[in-house]
Amino acid sequence: MAGVWVYAETVDGAPKPIALELLTKARALGEPTAISLGPGASKAAETLGRYGAKKVYVHEDPAFVEVLASPAVDLLARLIEKEPPGLVLFGMTYEGRDVAARLSARLGTALIANATDVTNKDGGWAVVSPVFGGSMLVTTVSRTKEPTLVLLRPKAVTAEPAAGGEAPQVETLSDPVDTSKPAARVLRREKEKATGPRLEDAAVIVSGGRGLGAPENFKMLDELAAELGAAVGASRAVVDAGWKPYAFQIGQTGKTVKPAVYIAVGISGAMQHTVGMKGAKTIIAINKDREAPIFKMADLGIVGDVHKIVPQLIQEVRSRKGK
Amino acid sequence: MNVLVCVKQIPDPNAPGKLDPQTKRLVREGVDLVLDPGDEHAVEAGLQLVEKDGGEVTIISMGPPRALEAIRRALAMGAHRGILVTDPELENSDALSTARAIAAAIKGQAFDLIICGTESTDGSSGAMPAQLAELLGLPLLSFAKKLQVSSGKAVIDRQTDEGYDVVEAPLPAVVTVTGGMNEARYPALRGIMQAKNKEVKQLALAEIRLDGQAGKAALTQEVVEVVPAEARKAGEVVEDRGDGAKRVADFLKELKVI
Repeated sequence: MAGVWVYAETVDGAPKPIALELLTKARALGEPTAISLGPGASKAAETLGRYGAKKVYVHEDPAFVEVLASPAVDLLARLIEKEPPGLVLFGMTYEGRDVAARLSARLGTALIANATDVTNKDGGWAVVSPVFGGSMLVTTVSRTKEPTLVLLRPKAVTAEPAAGGEAPQVETLSDPVDTSKPAARVLRREKEKATGPRLEDAAVIVSGGRGLGAPENFKMLDELAAELGAAVGASRAVVDAGWKPYAFQIGQTGKTVKPAVYIAVGISGAMQHTVGMKGAKTIIAINKDREAPIFKMADLGIVGDVHKIVPQLIQEVRSRKGK
Repeated sequence: MNVLVCVKQIPDPNAPGKLDPQTKRLVREGVDLVLDPGDEHAVEAGLQLVEKDGGEVTIISMGPPRALEAIRRALAMGAHRGILVTDPELENSDALSTARAIAAAIKGQAFDLIICGTESTDGSSGAMPAQLAELLGLPLLSFAKKLQVSSGKAVIDRQTDEGYDVVEAPLPAVVTVTGGMNEARYPALRGIMQAKNKEVKQLALAEIRLDGQAGKAALTQEVVEVVPAEARKAGEVVEDRGDGAKRVADFLKELKVI
């Protein structure tokens, strides 16, 4: 079977959800090997095995978390040269994108981004990515030597433990990490206080767009979200306008979310946005423009003034919760 | 302080895009083409740096001859000169071919910083800046939501899932900026007039000497199929007659959210 590698991002020795999603996909395609880097990485091996990794390469050098991308690229390039896999899967994340893109330039191999599915095809890999807000799906194949590098969007695959997943063979690497080259070094990490659930994990999301009119109107969405135990998201238009930081952005550029309920407020439903949220189980849209494309995908659409409806909705929710 | 800013001309993101089912390429005819709004933040970041420290901003793009208009827009914002890599052979280039062409085109240019948007709004692979950094052997400061340059170093606040990391790299370096880092200026009439007289160097593939590393022979990937995705069915759409909020609350109750 073809070797399929997974770049398994970890945090403090625990695999990130994306690593387990990638392994779930990888084991349908071949025999998965995971690469886990940074202090505590070896602790992740057991979980990676449960999700299908047969082998885990571990390297615990702190440089992998202190220096962006380059040490990981150096190591991956060395490992690939020794024993080229057919496919390497990365998450479409801040870290995954930098590592995969640099690696593709280093190796001169194809990098296919924004993927939602990968299948075996004619001895190679067919990679499916949504375009135009997910209204079309394109299938892309590599024309270079192996391995094909693929960036899989978070939540494209539901992570499931492998049937009979066993303890993987762990190979601990200790080759020296070259830190002499000019590099991007992390000086410190700042955690921003978050209220409510993370966008990626939230069962309910309240999301705002240009139709809110002004940045201060996001406050009413914060209030609504607090009542519903929801996370707050934003469209690209309002992130570009500086109303909300990039971390709030949902869409093709930004996060992919799959909540049970998605409430789009003043969002027209540009394709750039809908690709990131069309996986929501139920969509509710409030917008003043009857022709807004968001209404073509909403389970319930209210045509009206968000500045009137949202405060009323907060009151409605409060009074019903009171009962 | 000399800054290179990479920009891309894209179909107006507010107009629905179309793929030609035959050629599997973007339909460009009859579509308004604009400077990628994400790149406007990169241009703005470059302009703010040279306004503070002196120096010049050079805009570089690859695309058809029409992409000149996107460069002119950046020049109208205040950038000093432009470079357009344009060659029929480079049509339909993927990110890696583009990165190779840009890397080759800037050979011999003196620069301290290359600034790019985080990803293009149309292709949105976000791979080109990191590939360019790798080809040039430079550090990449990605997903910057704040950028400061002093004493030969660039320091950014880099977006993370939990907040941000403060990340530092020596110059020269490549930086990608996220939307919302700054408010991109709107070109003034004077800027638009001046832009017409600014130099834009046009380079063909032969002039950048890529020898088969870019262009049709060097494509790393090929689109083999384009199909419509399963569409979500529209539900009920109602006008708000004072009961809109109640309708939503009823529905949320039904869904057991409240």
